[in-house]
Parts: sequence; C-alpha cells; structure tokens
Amino acid sequence: MLKDITLGQYYPADSVIHKLDPRVKLVWTMLFIISLFVFGSISCYIVVTLVLIGLIRVSKVPLKFMMKGLRAIFMLMLITVIFNLFLTPGTPVVQIWKLTITKEGIRTAAFMAIRLVYLIVGSSLMTLTTTPNDLTDGMEKGLRFLKVFRVPVHEIAMMMSIALRFIPILMEETDKIMKAQMARGADFESGGLIKKAKGLVPLLVPLFVSAFRRANDLAMAMEARGYHGGEGRTKLRPLHYESRDRAAYLLMLVYIAVLILVRIAAPVERLLGIAF
Amino acid sequence: MKIIKGKDLVYEYIKFTDEGEAEAKVRAVDGVEIEAEPGDFIAILGHNGSGKSTLAKHLNAILTPTEGTLYVDGKDTRDENSLWQIRQTAGMVFQNPDNQIIGTVVDEDVAFGPENMGVPVEELWKRVEKSLRAVGMWEYRSHSPNKLSGGQKQRIAIAGIVAMQPKCIVLDEPTAMLDPVGRREVIRTVMELNRTQHVTVILITHYMEEAILADRVMVMDSGKVILQGTPREVFSKVEFMREHRLDVPQVTQLAWELKRAGLDLPDGILTTEELADALDAIRGGE
Amino acid sequence: MSIQIEHLQYVYGAGTVFEKQALRDISLTIPDGQFVGIIGHTGSGKSTLVQHLNGLLRASSGDILVDGESIYQEGYSMKKLRSSVGLVFQYPEYQLFETDVFTDVCFGPKNLGLPKEEIEARARQAMNAVGLDESYDKVSPFELSGGQKRRAAIAGILAMKPKVLILDEPTAGLDPKGRDDILDMLADLHRESGITILLVSHSMEDVAKYVDRIIVMSKGSVLYDDRPAGVFAHWQELEKVGLAAPQVTYIMHELETRGWPAARDVTTVEEAKDAILNALHRK
Repeated sequence: MLKDITLGQYYPADSVIHKLDPRVKLVWTMLFIISLFVFGSISCYIVVTLVLIGLIRVSKVPLKFMMKGLRAIFMLMLITVIFNLFLTPGTPVVQIWKLTITKEGIRTAAFMAIRLVYLIVGSSLMTLTTTPNDLTDGMEKGLRFLKVFRVPVHEIAMMMSIALRFIPILMEETDKIMKAQMARGADFESGGLIKKAKGLVPLLVPLFVSAFRRANDLAMAMEARGYHGGEGRTKLRPLHYESRDRAAYLLMLVYIAVLILVRIAAPVERLLGIAF
Repeated sequence: MKIIKGKDLVYEYIKFTDEGEAEAKVRAVDGVEIEAEPGDFIAILGHNGSGKSTLAKHLNAILTPTEGTLYVDGKDTRDENSLWQIRQTAGMVFQNPDNQIIGTVVDEDVAFGPENMGVPVEELWKRVEKSLRAVGMWEYRSHSPNKLSGGQKQRIAIAGIVAMQPKCIVLDEPTAMLDPVGRREVIRTVMELNRTQHVTVILITHYMEEAILADRVMVMDSGKVILQGTPREVFSKVEFMREHRLDVPQVTQLAWELKRAGLDLPDGILTTEELADALDAIRGGE
Repeated sequence: MSIQIEHLQYVYGAGTVFEKQALRDISLTIPDGQFVGIIGHTGSGKSTLVQHLNGLLRASSGDILVDGESIYQEGYSMKKLRSSVGLVFQYPEYQLFETDVFTDVCFGPKNLGLPKEEIEARARQAMNAVGLDESYDKVSPFELSGGQKRRAAIAGILAMKPKVLILDEPTAGLDPKGRDDILDMLADLHRESGITILLVSHSMEDVAKYVDRIIVMSKGSVLYDDRPAGVFAHWQELEKVGLAAPQVTYIMHELETRGWPAARDVTTVEEAKDAILNALHRK
C-alpha cells in the first residue's frame, strides 16, 4: 500500500525537467496547483491538460509511473465525486430513488475529479524528477525569506532530508519486527478494530524504541562530524540559476497569461453555447 | 608531540531509579592512561561494558572526563572553545553503519562533515573524490546508501570522516554488525589509511583478529586497562586472556596447549607459518 | 520431528526489474534431533531459506514436508507450524516490547491460546533454560545487557515449546563472552532436550565446535552438506564464496604440505593438539 505512493520517489532520467533548479520546480508546482483552482473552466482545463501532457513527455517519466500515485487517492476521489454528484442543488438530470443528479452536480464532480488527478500528477511530476535532496535544498534556499519570521528553515529542511533517509530503513524494520512477532504467533490480520489496534502494540513499541535509538545515534554522529546548525555551512551542490531556469520562469508567466486570456475569451464555451 | 595524551582519566555517571532518584555512581572509565604518537595504530580490546566505548567517546570530546586530563593534538578536551577543532582532529566512526549516514546520496553524505566546517565548494568536491577513492567507493558516489552492503556503508562512513582531514580516526566497533566479508573490507581500508596516509588509528573492537594488526593493544575490563603491549605480548598471555573470556587466535591457543603438553615452543606465536616452522624444528630435531 | 525440503525455489519481485531468484532448487532432509549449522555470507539465501521453514515466506515452487505433511496443503495450520518450528530472528532483542521480561516471554505461548498456568509454567521453564532466573522476571527488557536481551528473546520462542529451533545469526554483534554463552546454552539445550537446532551463521569457526552437520549456502543453492571436517576440506572453494575454514584447518594443511601426516578430520584446537602430538609420538 505504502509502496503505491509515488510522491517522494525519484525516477532517474536525463531530461530538461530533471536538470531544472528545484526552486523553479517548486514554484511551478505551486502555481500549477493554484491555477487548477482559479481557472475552473473547460477551455482552461484543455490548456492545462495540454501543458501537463507536454511536461510529462518532456520529463521522460513513463505515464504508468505517474498513474501509480493515483491509486493511493482513489478512495478519496470516489467519495468526492459521489458527494458532489448527488449533493449539488440545481437542474435535475437523472432521478434514482431519492437521489437526484443535477447538471451542476455533474459539472462540479467532473471538475473536482480533474483537479484531484491533475494535482497528484502535477506534484508527482515534481517529486519524480527531483531528488529528495534537491527538493529539501530547494525548500531551504527558496524559503529562506521566512527566516525573517523566525521560521527555522534550515532545521526543517535538515529534518526532512533525515526523514527521507530513514523512511526506507524504518519500513524495512517494520517488516522485520512484524515477521519476528508473527514467528511468536502474533496475528496482525484477523479480529475486529479493537483487537487489531491492540495487536499493533508488539509492533509499535519495538519500532519506537528502535527509532529513538537511531535518533540518538544519529545525533551523536552528526555532532561528531561537526554539525552545529546551518550557520557557516557550505554545500556540495549549491543552487544557482542557469539560463534554462530563467526560461522556465518565463514559460510560467506565459502559461498564466494564456490561462487568463483563455478564461476571458472562453472559446470552447462559446462554441458549445454553455454558460461560463 | 603526542596526538593523544590522557592521564588518570575517570568517567563517572549517576544511574537513576525509575522514580528519578540517584541510585548509584558508575565508574565507566577508571584511571586510564592513554597515549598515541602520530601514525600509531592502537587497538582497544574488551567486552561490552568494559568502558572501551566510553573511553572512545572522550577522544573527540563527545564526553569529557570527570577526573584527569585528556589532550588531543595539544588541546584540552574540556575547553569548549577547542571543541570543533578537536572533532576535526579526531574523527569518529560508530558501530551501526545505518545510524551515522546522513545524506541520501553517497557523495552528499561524505561532504557532510566538510560542509559543516564551511569548506568552499571546489575544495569540497576534491575532498569527496579523494576520500571516496581512498576507501574504494568512488564508483558508488551517486548511489543511495540504503542499497549498499554493511561493509560498503561503513566505508562510506569512514570516507565521511576522512573528508574532514583528521589526524586521527577513532573507530568504535566498526565491524560488530558486519559479516566476515564486510569486516575484512573495513579493516583493510583502515589499515590502508594508517599505512599510506599515516592517520593515527584507534580501533575499538572485540575481535582479536583485528587487534592483531595493530602496533599496540590495550585490553580493558571494568573501566581499567588490564593489559597492554604489542599484539604478540598481549596474545601470548593465553591464560590471562581466557580468564577474562577474550579470544586468542586459534593458532596461538594451539601453540600454548602444545607447550603445556611438553613441546618446546616459543611464546606468542601469531601465525600459521610461525607455528609450522617451530613444529618443523622440533620434528627435525627428533 | 523431521523436515523435508523438496526442490524449493523462491523468486522475489517476480515480473519487476528487481526480480531475483533467492533460492534455487533446494532439497534437504533434517532428521529429528540434529544440530545443524547453515553457513553462508550475506545474500547467500540462508535467511530466506529458514523463513520458509515456519511459513513466513511462501515458496515459488517446491514443497516443505514437516513430519511427512506438506505445509502448503489446503487447511494446514500456520499457527501449529509456528509453534512447532520456532524461528529466532537476527537481533531478536529488537522484538521485546512488554514492560517486564516474564510477560514478554509469555507473549508466544499466550498467542497459542494456552491456559494461564501453562503459559506461566512454560515461560518460567524457558527462562531457566536460557539462564535467566526469577530475579529477572520483573525487570524491564530494555534494562538488560545485550547478551541478556538476546537470551530473553530466545526464551520467548522456547516458551512456545518448538520441536525445531531455528536461530538466524544468534551471536551477531555480541562480544566473545556473550557469543560463547549463547552457543554453550544452545549446546546444553540440544543435549538435554534433544531439540532439533538449525543455527544460521556466517562464522565457521563459531559453529565447528558445536554442530553435527554443516550446510554451506552460496547464491541461493546448497554448495556443501556434510560433517564439519568434510566441509572444511573444501577450504579453498569456501574462500572463493567469501567464507573461510577455521584457522586449525589451515594449520593442519600447512603441516601436511611440509610432509606431516595428513589429519583432515581435524576441526577444533583440541583435535589439532592430539593430531600433532600423535605425529610426534608424544602420546
């Protein structure tokens, strides 16, 4: 189950998107997500779709990989769609028993589904093309201005990168402890919710103990290697913008401009004669 | 000048009961003298709980002595102002390879130490390459540490220390969690650093086959140094070592048993050849 | 209780890029009461093999018969299997979780659904067998020393009264004293209760003294399966797969090349001493 989540999994490939500065990708992704919610019209979504397909093609990441991330949110999507479909008031289209599907319901449900899918695919595109390290570096440097508000940006970035390093280790450890307890007759599958929750104690206690031990060891190792916060630290791979990064920022402005124009002109809506 | 000079070292800590009351004072290190010349290879042998790891943590000022003094490259470890300099002089490699690798990519982990020291980018890359080559892991520079074997991870950890260009490396049971292949890889790497780059090595271990390679062996028990000398001197005390339930090489033990059975063998035989030569001499003489 | 392994294959990650054959056509018979060493370096498949024996991994093909019954047949009780084939994992102390040692040891038998008196009697007996007396009952498992923790974890499996006890690297990370304590304890257990023991290890030297039989694994296959002396005779091949025979093997071989009488059955220091004294006619 956890393995299905593509967020945070890097897919190595040689593409322009892979090479972009992580800050560019972060800003692009944030803007892309905002655009999904601000420009909610059919014409705009056609533009967004074309851009997204284009970006995926350029990234050289197989579409299959992107779709994997969707599996994790399938249930969430289903619930959202059903709620919107049946609970939006408006002009009735179909009536099944006591449930009414309205024209507006179909529209909202479809938009919601598209938004969710694009949101996941868009952010997967960033995480699949950016190493976790670059991502944290990007955040550290890109969000440095927050230091003014006493946000510990360096510390947060360091914590994220340590988490990224230890998640696979702890996953493996979970598997090991689970097996060891199963060898002692523990049952993690059958029984009701309460029994299942209780059954997790033999798994969680050793896992926490181990995590604390590791944290303790790691803190000592970091100290021994002279770590004393972000002050005066240099970076093996310092971030600096290249011309392709500037081009990407420019493209981002073009993307927004096109969306605004399309939103106003609304060619598809005019053609189909629907309200916008 | 001596790189390490410790006199009458004592480390005490207070053990608390569940209720948070002081229960007992524990002397983990009890009156230890330790000295090392630049380029020395010293092995500290002893059981778990003998105080050897506690002593090791003093050498780069993770712990400071309760009594006595410890100078690392002329700097007092109790002086807060020399803390970072001491940590740079005496690098430390720990037991669990997973819990000391910070970076998610090999080269970034190796750079972690020098990054903390504020080494400029160009120099960083030089150091990363040099240290990864020194431990034979340069080809793995863009790998994730998670996919490496225990021995390889430990070599990455060593490279991370080497990149800080320390004069001395303290290794706290670096092979305890490794298989024989990994153990050999790590020890070979350490020996290489000692021989070619003259880095002072303090190796904490409970494997006698590793201690044999050192210039000098210190045996610790209950916080005290109970025996020290060259490997030959130490391991020839077969009875003493066995009383303290420490291993001696099978060949040394065999020689000692044969000697007890009446054969005229010299003390402190450490290798198969030495034993075979000595036995040949006896056989030829009959 | 005998275990028969027939043409066992195990492939993991089938159909993905990570596909790897971890076990290749393994056939073995472990008769009742044997003390067996399974030796191999990391990645040789030894841990994978033993996890099949109590059903934690399921073979891709082949069969495992316990007392003549296939564990893969419909309706075979995994609970029963796990109570009769006990598996102690590597670094088993990481599975301790209860507030005191005694309760932790009770966890296994409790899962078997036994009555309270039986559970406690078994736990006490298991703790005695590993050398932890009543004074340890109420101690938190996290306060024990490394060797004690490990013994407590082994007691947790012993309390399930398995007929076959499998230990995956039970001495990993222990100092020589802790290692000898564990191995001596297992030898006592084997002698006194006649339990079948499978000891997974990467150290020939450690197991040579204790086991009746050594199975050497390499790249997912069985390379050798013989008495210790028979296995050590292949010391050159063993080195090629990242293993080594005990040092005495090298000593006796060196002496043989120097014209001493061959003594290829020697596996321990004691035997080497006798062989050398014999050759010198001192006995």
